[in-house]
Amino acid sequence: MTLMKLYTLIPMMPLIASIVIGLFGRQLPKVFSHLIPIVLVLGSFLLSLYALYISYHGYVFNENLFRWMTVGQYDLNIGFMVDNLTALMMSVVTFVSLMVHIYTIEYMENDPGYSRFFSFISLFTFAMLMLVMSNNFLQLFFGWEAVGLVSYLLIGFWYKKPTAIHANMKAFLVNRVGDFGFLLGIALIMFYFGTLDYKEVFSRVDTLAGQEFMLMGSSVSLVTLISILLFIGAMGKSAQVPLHVWLPDSMEGPTPISALIHAATMVTAGIFLVTRVSPIVELSNTALSLILIVGSITALFMGILGIFQNDIKRVVAYSTLSQLGYMTIALGVSSYSLAMFHLFTHAFFKALLFLGAGSVIIGMHHDQNIMNMGNLKKYMPITWITFLLATLALVGMPFFSGFYSKESIIEAVKYSEIVGSSFAYFAAVFGVFITSLYSFRLYFIVFHGEERWRNKPISHNHHDHGLTTNQSPHETTWVVIMPLILLAIPSVLIGFFTIEPIIKSSFLLKDIFILNSHLALSQVTEHFHGPINMALHALATLPFWLMVLGFIVAYLLYYKNINFIKTPKILKKVMDHKYGFDNFNEYILAPLTIRLGNVLWKYMDIKIIDNFFVNGSAKTINLFSHITKKIQTGFISQYAFVMVIGLLLFISYFILGGKS
Amino acid sequence: MVTLSHYLFLGGILFSISILGIFLNRKNIILILMAIELMLLAVNINFIAFSHYLGDLSGQIFVFFILTVAAAESAIGLAIIILIFRNYKSINVADVNRLKE
Repeated sequence: MTLMKLYTLIPMMPLIASIVIGLFGRQLPKVFSHLIPIVLVLGSFLLSLYALYISYHGYVFNENLFRWMTVGQYDLNIGFMVDNLTALMMSVVTFVSLMVHIYTIEYMENDPGYSRFFSFISLFTFAMLMLVMSNNFLQLFFGWEAVGLVSYLLIGFWYKKPTAIHANMKAFLVNRVGDFGFLLGIALIMFYFGTLDYKEVFSRVDTLAGQEFMLMGSSVSLVTLISILLFIGAMGKSAQVPLHVWLPDSMEGPTPISALIHAATMVTAGIFLVTRVSPIVELSNTALSLILIVGSITALFMGILGIFQNDIKRVVAYSTLSQLGYMTIALGVSSYSLAMFHLFTHAFFKALLFLGAGSVIIGMHHDQNIMNMGNLKKYMPITWITFLLATLALVGMPFFSGFYSKESIIEAVKYSEIVGSSFAYFAAVFGVFITSLYSFRLYFIVFHGEERWRNKPISHNHHDHGLTTNQSPHETTWVVIMPLILLAIPSVLIGFFTIEPIIKSSFLLKDIFILNSHLALSQVTEHFHGPINMALHALATLPFWLMVLGFIVAYLLYYKNINFIKTPKILKKVMDHKYGFDNFNEYILAPLTIRLGNVLWKYMDIKIIDNFFVNGSAKTINLFSHITKKIQTGFISQYAFVMVIGLLLFISYFILGGKS
Repeated sequence: MVTLSHYLFLGGILFSISILGIFLNRKNIILILMAIELMLLAVNINFIAFSHYLGDLSGQIFVFFILTVAAAESAIGLAIIILIFRNYKSINVADVNRLKE
């Protein structure tokens, strides 16, 4: 089998699973609904590992599979490019997807949409693989939209729940804003390069430098414009401020997809995109500064929101936003490989956190309010241990995977000299404290303290979820626990073992372009003396002690229940409104858009198009016909008379006109 | 002395009368047919006059042909009028204005 066929098989297997289960899932016995996708995704995962093995040995695969269409002089192809960057993403995506597939067996067990759910997540795996394996922008965009579609379908999976429908519509609309920028960026690339193929675009990217583009009367640098437009696309998908509003709401979907789509894979597509187009972005310092500042704002302020949430999944969702902010910061300081590194470690521990949260939710009989939880470590020991490990990885405990990636990013920001890096450094360092605070708050409230569900007010509503006061939660079955354990292993260890190849060798760097004047990453490399040294050295640095401080504050506030800080009312209010982004969208942006739509509808559509152009021309013709109709009497004699008179006139004209 | 122009005048007058007969007539379709015949006769007079004036016989031969064709045409015209009468029960011109619809 040729490599091409092998690589084609990787995305095709989940697609086949999706189609088979989507079409025939209801007819087949229930066991096939999870068996077929799991086997095929497992195959996909093993082949991805093989792809990683091949590309690790230096072979970059780049071939077109077939020509999709030819438009004018442009050829649009479907093809695959598998380098280290892609292979890494493929492995992460298929691995997390596999874990989530297994986990779903238990989580969705009694759901009527069982086979539909498996069909969707397999379809998602296919779309995500198409996105990362693409060798041109068009196919990237196809994958991009396809993952967006599946995300929409899965957020609204429980389509009878109004909040879920609202959330999926919101996700869809907000993503359209981002995609609008992305599509314009692709169009500009098409316009200036005449091709969408990565390799050709990147090889000719130098010609962009210095070119200007006229935009609304003022001229802007073309490369800045393209970079910013592409980044707007990334902002939509990777939920950066101000396009982040959809991600917390997306938690309305089932927990497995929150882990897969809204934590580990799809939301990191934006990070992947910017890394992939590093040869373009790198040429524009303005765009890099913008990326850096947006990332910093997201990392800091979204983390702060996490402290005030009471829904277990929403806390983790805000944590995801904050960590995505960290990745974006890394992009902003030109340390693309560090962004990918954090993406890679984050995928494991955040998926683990979500699946752990899901396990807690199963244990609590689908009650997600952490204020009804407490002391769960007694009842769910494995969930407790894995959740704790994931928390430690998230807050950046030395030797854990999250530590290596996050610490490297903070280091890189420190060395960077780009505009905005001092703010970013503050945000990144202070963010460590925030991360630690909300993570341990969640941990202490859920797993320690009193068993709060026992003294919650008795509800007589039978539709309420949750435990009654005399029930106890219990550990879930092996299909839930196995993914937790399998994810816990990389969450703890993978940073330690992969930081060396990522920072020291050119494992990722050869697929990434960094200008020589952007020194941050090379400085990090220079100051790196092995993972053990790095961890020991960290004990003497500010981020580590801020992390410890966060732990202590959380310990005192939520374990010892000493309320030594009183949250000011105004702050609480701001937090409850999530800085007012939703209010702004709902009360200002949406009504304005609707008003604009109404104006366009009433004046453009009805008055101008309907009344003037369509009905107007009809009326004009009607009017003329009313006038001319009078000539048509139906009497042949009159027609004949007109004919004779006309003949006379013409003859007179020829005779007289000929003379003169 | 009867000159060429007299004949031409006669032809012109006959032609004009026939045209008036066609479009001033509101009563009878047969009158239209007769007016058309008259129009042809006016043309025939022109032919004969020119033939005599130029000393060329072919003009007069033309007249024979026109007369033949006119006979055939009036036969067809009468047949049409019969059909109209059958359908409308009238040969009044004012009634035959179906073209408008």
